[in-house]
Amino acid sequence: MNKFLQRWTVFAGLVVVWQVAGMLAEDPFFPPPSDILTAAWEWWVLEPENVTGHILPSIGRLLSGWAIAAVIGISLGLLLGRSDRAMEYAGPLLVFMRSIPPPALVPVFLLLFRGGTSMQLATIVFGVIWPVLLNTVDGARSVDVTKVDTSAVFRIPRHQWILGVVLPAASPKIFAGLRVSLSLSLVLMVISELVGTDNGIGSQLMVAQREFDYTRMWAGIVLLGVLGYGLNTVLLAVERRALAWQPRSRDEQHA
Amino acid sequence: MRAFTRGLIGIAGFLALWELLGRSPLIPAHALPPPSAVFGELVTQLTSPEFLSHVVATVLAVLIAIAIAIAIAVPSGLVLGSVPAVRHATRAVIEFLRPIPSVALIPLALVVLGFGPETKITLAVYAALWPILFNTIYALDELDPLLVETSRVFGTGRVGVLFRVALPSALPFVLTGIRLAATTALIVMVSVELMAGAQIGLGYFIMEARSGPGRMDQVLVGTVVAGVIGVLLNNGLERVRRRWVAW
Amino acid sequence: MSNMLEVADLGHTYGDYEAIGGLTFTVRAGELVCVVGPSGCGKSTLLRTISGLIEPSRGDVSLKGSHLAVVFQDYQRSLFPWLTVQGNVEFPLRSLPRAERRVRAAEALEWVGLGAAAKKRPWQLSGGMQQRVAIARALAYRPALLLMDEPFASVDAQTRFELEDLLLRVRREHDTTVLVVTHDIDESVYLGDRILVLSGSPAKLVADLEVPLPAERDQVTTRTDEAFVALRSKVARLLNVGGKQTLDVEKWAAAERESLSETVSTSS
Repeated sequence: MNKFLQRWTVFAGLVVVWQVAGMLAEDPFFPPPSDILTAAWEWWVLEPENVTGHILPSIGRLLSGWAIAAVIGISLGLLLGRSDRAMEYAGPLLVFMRSIPPPALVPVFLLLFRGGTSMQLATIVFGVIWPVLLNTVDGARSVDVTKVDTSAVFRIPRHQWILGVVLPAASPKIFAGLRVSLSLSLVLMVISELVGTDNGIGSQLMVAQREFDYTRMWAGIVLLGVLGYGLNTVLLAVERRALAWQPRSRDEQHA
Repeated sequence: MRAFTRGLIGIAGFLALWELLGRSPLIPAHALPPPSAVFGELVTQLTSPEFLSHVVATVLAVLIAIAIAIAIAVPSGLVLGSVPAVRHATRAVIEFLRPIPSVALIPLALVVLGFGPETKITLAVYAALWPILFNTIYALDELDPLLVETSRVFGTGRVGVLFRVALPSALPFVLTGIRLAATTALIVMVSVELMAGAQIGLGYFIMEARSGPGRMDQVLVGTVVAGVIGVLLNNGLERVRRRWVAW
Repeated sequence: MSNMLEVADLGHTYGDYEAIGGLTFTVRAGELVCVVGPSGCGKSTLLRTISGLIEPSRGDVSLKGSHLAVVFQDYQRSLFPWLTVQGNVEFPLRSLPRAERRVRAAEALEWVGLGAAAKKRPWQLSGGMQQRVAIARALAYRPALLLMDEPFASVDAQTRFELEDLLLRVRREHDTTVLVVTHDIDESVYLGDRILVLSGSPAKLVADLEVPLPAERDQVTTRTDEAFVALRSKVARLLNVGGKQTLDVEKWAAAERESLSETVSTSS
């Protein structure tokens, strides 16, 4: 409880400082939090069609792009990670692909998918698949020799080997990759919406900027922060449940 | 067959597939030019001083951004990592700031900082801060208490411990953070150049090629060069880490 | 008594390093045989070839019955931390119907005295208990042959005695055929019906000794028995003679690495 207070006091303090400074300075670029909140209220609560028309589609694209990347990344990663040969062929290519700034491919995707949702999904998937894929490869490789031997001796079927041994052994690394990918998904969602669409949080940010409505622009930025915080918190909770089997601390574990 | 050869074969296979796709009637030729065409354009561009100045501008901006990010994140990380009270107090702020995507700040940065290189460098610094900051904090968490106690016993003060024990043992993690930050900085740099209309840089080159003549081959040249820079940055920093951190 | 395992002229080389050089022996049904030899003499390679983890360079391994189980030295790694104790024991039984799996796992856990720990995670148990889970898992599999690789080398002396007696009890109750690989001379004499003494690398059979001790053994009286002491000295002398050859450390390390990478690629 003490820690909770500590955490949020400083946060609240900063907001208050911002509020006072913002009111005193009257700088149009840095409106006080109360104005931002009012703008958000008018924008999203009084006009709920902005939520259904912009925020929800954005979240939908973000989550589906991330989910597609997760499915492809994990399955491919498990296969590549258990074959040194395959990794030798694919490794350098993967390292190169990961280094490509995904927005640079937006023009290509725009033409290939003729704009719209599929182009945005392609951008998100291409941008966020690498952390999942490379972490899964890393995790799948980390299955220790004794577990490999144990599985071989008991001649377990292939699906049990992959789903029952490699996947759980790799899961801590996979979750780490999923978290990185989720925050990247947010970035790419915004990027993909800044071009080639007229709905979504990103496009609304652009509109606000073009109309010199800085208060709304700030509201959009805060919304993205809240969204990122919320998504990360949910994923952490899921991770904690899924990885509950991990030995939590050293003194709980008998060596 | 050595691993290196296999890697080359992998890349060659990818290029062959791309060539096939690019030449097939399934995909419009102007949308995805085959690698042979892109390669030809790449050779032309690499000899053009204009293109090279774009590359230099981006690389330079990335290096500046990394330097600034290190200068901010490492000291902050050391403070946050060694003083738990400060860390608990700022945790909510940090957890809220971190997920704000740097691209979402583009409109704000444009109106505040204008269209010069300050905008893209600031945004790249913002994105590059986090990996370095978190790796530094994490490194201090992992610090062996025995090591600290030992040096305490020998009369080393708090600051002495920080510089002579904590920093050296945190170095490998910090370097890993810098490597991650460099890749992120490059991606953000190119993205901002691409979307915020800088006057120079690889991203600007890509945007020009797309919006003007619709030269997809040039778009892909820019993309490939950005990827190569990313690989070089990543490998270079990995090599630095291996060399410095021999323990 | 029929032979459960027949090994004929078994040899294995890694590159130009000969780990085992032509071993011939048999294990009869219901027998407990200990293989003892100096560290790094190729015992692990022997175990890996018998269990089918690596293909031997020459010779034959024939097992009567379709499957065998292995209890490894490193119980922490051999058990799966994401499964409960019961899940670990059921691990090799996935082809059986759920209800039967349950029954067999519960039964095997009873045998090793861990019936109450079924719902726990292996890492919540002590080292000795974890190794008992591994033994239960092997027994639940109903193997034609139970192979054990230095099974008690990572637990403290007290636990080690307990586990040795546990092994003697369960194998008597269930008539299990067991092959234990160990470097501990006392342990081999205490556990074994028969002892195979190996020389240093390449591993060759130096002696095949019957253990002249009653089936019922006891940590205190057996270990002071004259027959026990005499046999222990005999094995020790044999090992000294066989072990004089110095070990080529470099070659051995290289071979070890190779054997590890070999398994990884065969089972993936």
